[in-house]
Amino acid sequence: MVTPLKENELKEHVIISYKPNAKYAYTAGQAQSKYLMGFKEGKIYGRKCNKCGKIYVPPRMYCDECFRPTDEWIEVKDEGIVMTAVASFISWTRERLKEPEIVGVIRLLPSNDRDFVYPGIFHRICTTYEEVKNMNIIGKKVKAIWRSKEERKGSIEDIQCFKVI
Amino acid sequence: MKVNLYLNKRVAIIGAGLTLFRRRLLETPQEIAWEAASKALEEAGLELKDIDCVVIGSAPDAFDGVHLKGEYLSHGSGGIRKPVSRVYVGGATGVMTAIAGWYHVASGLCQKVLAVAEEKMSPARPHPQSVFKYIWDPILEKPLNPNLIWIFAMEMHRYMSKYGIKKEEIALVSVKNKRNALNNPYAQLGANITVDDVLNSEVLVWPVQLLDVSPVSDGGAAIVLASEDVARRYTDTPVWVEGVGWTLDNTEWPARDLSYARYVEFAARMAYKIAGIERPNKEIDVVEPYDPFDYKELHHLEALQLAKRGEAPTLLKEGVFDIDGDIPSSPSGGLLGVGNPIAAAGLMKVISIYWQLKGTAGKMQVKRPVHTGLAQAWGDLMQAGTVIVLRN
Repeated sequence: MVTPLKENELKEHVIISYKPNAKYAYTAGQAQSKYLMGFKEGKIYGRKCNKCGKIYVPPRMYCDECFRPTDEWIEVKDEGIVMTAVASFISWTRERLKEPEIVGVIRLLPSNDRDFVYPGIFHRICTTYEEVKNMNIIGKKVKAIWRSKEERKGSIEDIQCFKVI
Repeated sequence: MKVNLYLNKRVAIIGAGLTLFRRRLLETPQEIAWEAASKALEEAGLELKDIDCVVIGSAPDAFDGVHLKGEYLSHGSGGIRKPVSRVYVGGATGVMTAIAGWYHVASGLCQKVLAVAEEKMSPARPHPQSVFKYIWDPILEKPLNPNLIWIFAMEMHRYMSKYGIKKEEIALVSVKNKRNALNNPYAQLGANITVDDVLNSEVLVWPVQLLDVSPVSDGGAAIVLASEDVARRYTDTPVWVEGVGWTLDNTEWPARDLSYARYVEFAARMAYKIAGIERPNKEIDVVEPYDPFDYKELHHLEALQLAKRGEAPTLLKEGVFDIDGDIPSSPSGGLLGVGNPIAAAGLMKVISIYWQLKGTAGKMQVKRPVHTGLAQAWGDLMQAGTVIVLRN
């Protein structure tokens, strides 16, 4: 009873299209609000749990290991080490891009290269496809390139990208 | 690791059913669920009236284009006027469906349970990729316009850089699984391909290329589980569920090292403890690790303690994971070869091990005798791990 189809065969059948019109206003919450406001000042804030010593970036009001409130705000550097980087040739709708978008994960400092869990950020990296392909970028030290003060609006977009220093 | 578990009944799988895995099936999701469920009942020799409880597994609602997919699928899954529950842990859902069926029986609540997993990925427009946008953090991640392949490419590149693994070594998984899928009558993408074919395929998100990824697919899978009190009434060859494990890691994937699948290790340790397995690489005869991407199979073989960290590619090259190797891996063809209707694909892995242990896997059957098998799935934002150990 199962009938595999080709795209043109599918057009011969009744198809009902539906486009959901769903909109949301998200709440950033206590921790993320301070984090986003920090971007306006060009600072990256985290929360620290004094019981286990873990630093949460992005910040969290509770420690998920100790299951108690985190204790204090701390500022981490806007510098870190590239843990991984990729070059995307497709958009989120799976369309082909001419120029690849390069993104990755940065382990922010201070942290240790032996840490399994660390303050981390997912963002764009300003580098070339070549550097991603030959993996030179991984392990490099990078620093945030901030937008000008007037342009910042309390969003992760306040950082343009991370660039090798 | 301490696991506080108190088991009441031993549980067997006594029947299984699969639909073809294909892109753009004409059947509705409910019809797909019905086909898989009725085939599983037929193999078990049961009728729907014999079933006490129904478990449904289905991944994001958005794929089928309806909300509350458990309710939507309930009549196709035989759940009318019965206790029905739906489980959902992203890609890990398929194996979780079997686990949820298991605990309904192991607890003593039900004697016979029908567990059904269904996914229809192809309705989404313009592409199923767009549906995945809603799994990202709306404030911290979505502004960067991510697609889902980004995170896997990031994980793959981290894995490659940490252990110095080359793309050629990873591509061998795709070659092996698509070749195995030629023996699988349900498979969508069985093929004889070479490492060069993978390396020359379209670059999606470097280092992920087209032939590194499993295809968009529709399909259904179902099993019947029974308690030991009644299992032998229906079959002479029950396959026992000997161990289960499942864990969630945190959603903060940018803040933990992606080179190792910690969540799968915890799930595996739990399952091994229940099953009394001390040396998994000696005791497990056949394995179905979750392989929506080729590197993922290697990543998971390591987390399942079947290879040391970073060493799975070497063992693969030596033929350990081939169908005639020491630990045949994905003899069904895996998601890369059979297709990836998410929840159904995970349950397909359980069914594949069940058929191997029952000796009814046909052309997929591993050549030497097998007694202990393992299926595993993984999902959400690289955080959910589910493992099931079966024995005959």
